[in-house]
Amino acid sequence: MSSIPYILEERPDTGLNNSRLGIWIFIASEIMLFGGLFSAYVFLRFAAPEGDFDYWGSKLNVPMATFNTLMLITSSVTMIMSWASLRMKQFDKYKMYLGLTILCGLGFLVVKYIEYTSKFHHGIFPSSSTFMGIYFTLTGLHVLHILGGLLVLIYFWSPVGKRMYDEDPNLLANRIEVTGLYWHFVDLVWIFLFPILYLL
Amino acid sequence: MMVMRYQLAYPETPIPIVGWFFAESGGIMLPENYNTLGAMHGTIMIFLGVVPLAVGAFGNYLVPLQIGAPDMAFPKLNASSYWSYFIGGVIMLASFFTPEGAARSGWTSYPPLSIFESGQTMWLCGMIFLITSSLLGSMNIIVTIVQLRAPGLTWFKLPFFIWTQLITSFLLVLAFPPLEAASILQLMDRVAGTSFFLPSGLVYAGNAVEAYGSGSPLLWQHLFWFLAHPEVYVLILPAIGIVGEIIANNTRKPLWGYKSMIYAISFLGFMSFIVWAHHMFLTGMGQTMSAFFQLTTMIISIPSVVVLTAFFLSLWGGSIRFNTPMLFALSFLPMFGIGGLTGLPLGVAASDIFLHDTYYVIGHFHYVVAPGTLFALFAGIYYWFPKVTGKKLHEGLGKLHFWPSLLFMNGVFMPMFIQGLAGLSRRMYDGGTQYAHASDILQWNEFMTISAFCLGAAQIPFILNIFMTLASKATGERNPWDSTTIEWSSPSPPLPHVNFDEEVHVYHGPYEYSVPGKDKDFCPQTVK
Ligand code: HEM
Ligand SMILES: [Cu+2]
Repeated sequence: MSSIPYILEERPDTGLNNSRLGIWIFIASEIMLFGGLFSAYVFLRFAAPEGDFDYWGSKLNVPMATFNTLMLITSSVTMIMSWASLRMKQFDKYKMYLGLTILCGLGFLVVKYIEYTSKFHHGIFPSSSTFMGIYFTLTGLHVLHILGGLLVLIYFWSPVGKRMYDEDPNLLANRIEVTGLYWHFVDLVWIFLFPILYLL
Repeated sequence: MMVMRYQLAYPETPIPIVGWFFAESGGIMLPENYNTLGAMHGTIMIFLGVVPLAVGAFGNYLVPLQIGAPDMAFPKLNASSYWSYFIGGVIMLASFFTPEGAARSGWTSYPPLSIFESGQTMWLCGMIFLITSSLLGSMNIIVTIVQLRAPGLTWFKLPFFIWTQLITSFLLVLAFPPLEAASILQLMDRVAGTSFFLPSGLVYAGNAVEAYGSGSPLLWQHLFWFLAHPEVYVLILPAIGIVGEIIANNTRKPLWGYKSMIYAISFLGFMSFIVWAHHMFLTGMGQTMSAFFQLTTMIISIPSVVVLTAFFLSLWGGSIRFNTPMLFALSFLPMFGIGGLTGLPLGVAASDIFLHDTYYVIGHFHYVVAPGTLFALFAGIYYWFPKVTGKKLHEGLGKLHFWPSLLFMNGVFMPMFIQGLAGLSRRMYDGGTQYAHASDILQWNEFMTISAFCLGAAQIPFILNIFMTLASKATGERNPWDSTTIEWSSPSPPLPHVNFDEEVHVYHGPYEYSVPGKDKDFCPQTVK
């Protein structure tokens, strides 16, 4: 084993372990990434001709996006449940809740896929307008984040998770906690994307 | 670099030795070739050179050693940062050999031209990898400093270098993502046909551009400079940290105003996020904006002056040892001073109207990065080489490296101020021969080019020194400079994956030199 300290136990004077601090800094930089894109959205909206964003925005499918919002919120709840089950050493429950989280994430992607393809069928592409450009860029980047998160979740849902649990339940709990923080962040991004793209 | 200088001194003549690269034009450099070299020079120096050296190499190597840690907090993250850098670097360098050629829109990549010019797609892809690499690397540095400090090493016992690395990493983590965002948007403009940065009614090369329009080229400039101003502090802060370590060690005195310097650079880090538009005074963004950014720019020069003054005061009354690392560190002070002071007229909107986009700007930032940061990196290499290899570099060759470098460095960059004040524009492939107002100062170009070649030659003793020293026998001396900081208590070279051969415990501040009543003139942090 490596000799690096504070991988799991907390450092007394900072009250943190390494991965928890690491993921918060990662999230800070992600906030700056999406923050940059959100400011670009605001900037472009002001630069665009009157009513342009409203016109193109009305082409989006609000019910589908609402459904997706609910699905992501559910997945955040099940994510917490799976972490809590793990802390209570209930591995089967952990696995079930994590599975539900993964299903919600996959469901989100399916809906997004239907939305994208129906846009393409109607001849709407990123180049169609500035609004569509920023819509595809923002949601596309968000989809990539969901994909990345799902890969990690599936990794811990697979037998690897079981093996890690048998070796050290706290290690798996720590990994799930950190992944969960990321997952909540990705949800939160969607909570911002949904109103500015679909509703405003 | 050298090719560019040759071209400026002798435009429209075939270039010796590397002329084959411009075979189609009979060895003569065309404007677009010059643009490519200019853009890639900036990109490579900053994103492939100084940042990876100062943060990736010096930071990754010294941070764990100076805080008494066995390794970085996340070794796997470290590896992925390295590989991401590697891929980004390969993409950048490979772009020279693609049919399109490398990017030619400047390291600043201003649209709308950058949307149309060839080579830019590769540049953007390369940048995304390089940015990712820096992000991962700096997260690792922050966690390492916060979490892995040895027992007893409290915040105000950290060496100054560690503080500069911490602030630098925060700048990278928070400032790089908006550029990543901007690069993604520009990539969309190029590949997916969006028009984030293309205004309506644009005409390019005589043809109306077919795009939706209604985008804004200024948006790119805002996003770009939001990164790129903090980036200049990323370039200078690690250098300041290195210089601080070496000055304390070679004056045999504590750093004067250690705490105020830490407050100063923290404030500087914070302020660096709200000065970016001083690069955009001439974009017509309006008086209120200009006034605001002029004010913040004047404020941010205060902490720089605090640091520089503290360094000068640290020299006062010290018994200075003039070894090679110290010579480089000492020359950093006036050189950085020149670079910083020439920034002030640029930060005042009224005088910037005249100076913007002239050689004066080029002189300004080269003084900060070349005889500034680069000299500090040299100082660091001479200083820590015995730690990394267990062998000390040769002093005589070191001085043979230092003095000509200092002389020719100024020979290259000082005339830029003269040219710039006369109004010579930057980024002209022929050095501006077509302009009447340039005719009086163009003769400097030959002088600068000769200086540049001499500067290149002055690096020969350095390279020789490295190879000769590497070939010599290691002494493995732990602390050849009689230094106080923790890295010198490890074996030279440090043990892989654990660094130290005994438990590290810290009892003292970082620079307890010449403490009265001790039998030696230094008191290592790890010795009771
Ligand atoms: C005390 C401080 C400083 C002030 C007031 C200052 C001010 C400025 C201003 C106003 C400009 C824009 C000039 C123009 O385009 O018209 C500029 C350009 C630049 N500065 Fe500084 N600066 C300072 C320190 C530094 C430092 C420490 C560095 C680097 C390590 C640096 C690197 C640069 C670079 C690279 C550019 C040119 C970017 C480009 O247009 O390609 N500056 N500076
Ligand atoms: Cu700046």
